[in-house]
Amino acid sequence: MASLKELRNRIASVKATQKITRAMQMVAASKLRRAQAAAEAARPYSERMATVLGNLAGSVAGRDDAPKLLAGTGSDQRHLLLVATAERGLCGAFNTSIARLARERAEELIRDGKEVQILCVGKKGHDILKREFAAHIIDLIDLRAVKRVGFADADTIGKRVLTLFDEETFDVCTIFYAEFKSVISQVPTARQLVPAEVPTGDDVPELDTGDAIYEYEPDEDAILADLLPRNVSVQVFRALLENAASEMGAKMTAMDNATRNAGEMIDGLTLTYNRTRQAMITKELIEIISGAEAL
Amino acid sequence: MAETFQFELVSPERLLMSEPVAEAVVPGDEGYFTVLKGHAPFMSTLKPGVVDVKREESGQAERIFVRGGFADVSVSGLTILAEEAIPLAEVDPEALAADVRNAEEDVADAKDADTKAAAELHLHQLREVQSAIQNGR
Repeated sequence: MASLKELRNRIASVKATQKITRAMQMVAASKLRRAQAAAEAARPYSERMATVLGNLAGSVAGRDDAPKLLAGTGSDQRHLLLVATAERGLCGAFNTSIARLARERAEELIRDGKEVQILCVGKKGHDILKREFAAHIIDLIDLRAVKRVGFADADTIGKRVLTLFDEETFDVCTIFYAEFKSVISQVPTARQLVPAEVPTGDDVPELDTGDAIYEYEPDEDAILADLLPRNVSVQVFRALLENAASEMGAKMTAMDNATRNAGEMIDGLTLTYNRTRQAMITKELIEIISGAEAL
Repeated sequence: MAETFQFELVSPERLLMSEPVAEAVVPGDEGYFTVLKGHAPFMSTLKPGVVDVKREESGQAERIFVRGGFADVSVSGLTILAEEAIPLAEVDPEALAADVRNAEEDVADAKDADTKAAAELHLHQLREVQSAIQNGR
């Protein structure tokens, strides 16, 4: 049986761990609030963007000269997977579940004989994916220095994707991230960036035009050409914000569990400690009494 | 008192303004245009410039620097989706000067006529904003 001193040390160390995890949980909670607010603040922009894009896209759909970002290159042979994960661990299955979704997709595509390229955003996803897909990963975009994701960061990534597209290195681009549902639920999601997924038919939110006819300045095609590249950046931005909120949510839950586990462990250890101490006292008493009786 | 319409200014990061205003002057790609209540549905891309918003007809205009994006005038009001939007008073003149220098370099580096024309246009727009700031203070 462990000595009393050893037990005391164990208890002290678990208590220290518990303090750390509790602090991390509280930090995650406050960061989550901020991340959630940022995600909500960004929503009007992307919603308006989707509405306008949907309406414009309807008018050029089916035309031969439709922009490639909208209509695609006419092939789906080469895929670019943009995998957005966190820069840090200690957030439960958050990184693993995004990476798993991306891996399943990549395996499926490779089985079908497609070409796959992977662009990682965030170190953790890269760490997981490089074991299997080292040859497919083209780069890792590091956001560790970034405290709060700004549109400029997303824009850099968006531009990168567009440059790759202009160089005709891929046909279809999909982004992987975790959508924030609630503190306890984050859903790994895949969203197609290129060609742009545009709500069509009944899904298009009605643009309130009354009976008037919309005028465009410059013409529709020019606006669309301006809008589509911007849409890529906006979608990336949205994914990054969702990811930031999800990461903090996952971290909060993970740290809450860790704190609770540490508490249970402390209870168990304290019980053993007390029992051992009592046993020793009893033993000493017996020794004294039997010594006295022997006289 | 002029009639007002709903004005919204949205950047990717947040909703900057959402309130009824009397008049807004918007830097469209093909020239500044003024929006009043009852403007015909209209959509335009933006050039870097200054949006002037008046809450009341005779009131002081609120000036906001916007860069990139588009304006959407519908029956329900005016929505500006700007990539960047900063109240003019908070624009950092040095950052803007750096942008102007960059644009000047772009003009010098331009290899063909098209890129050169585009770069010159961009430079011109930035200079316009610069002078607007200097006059406004």
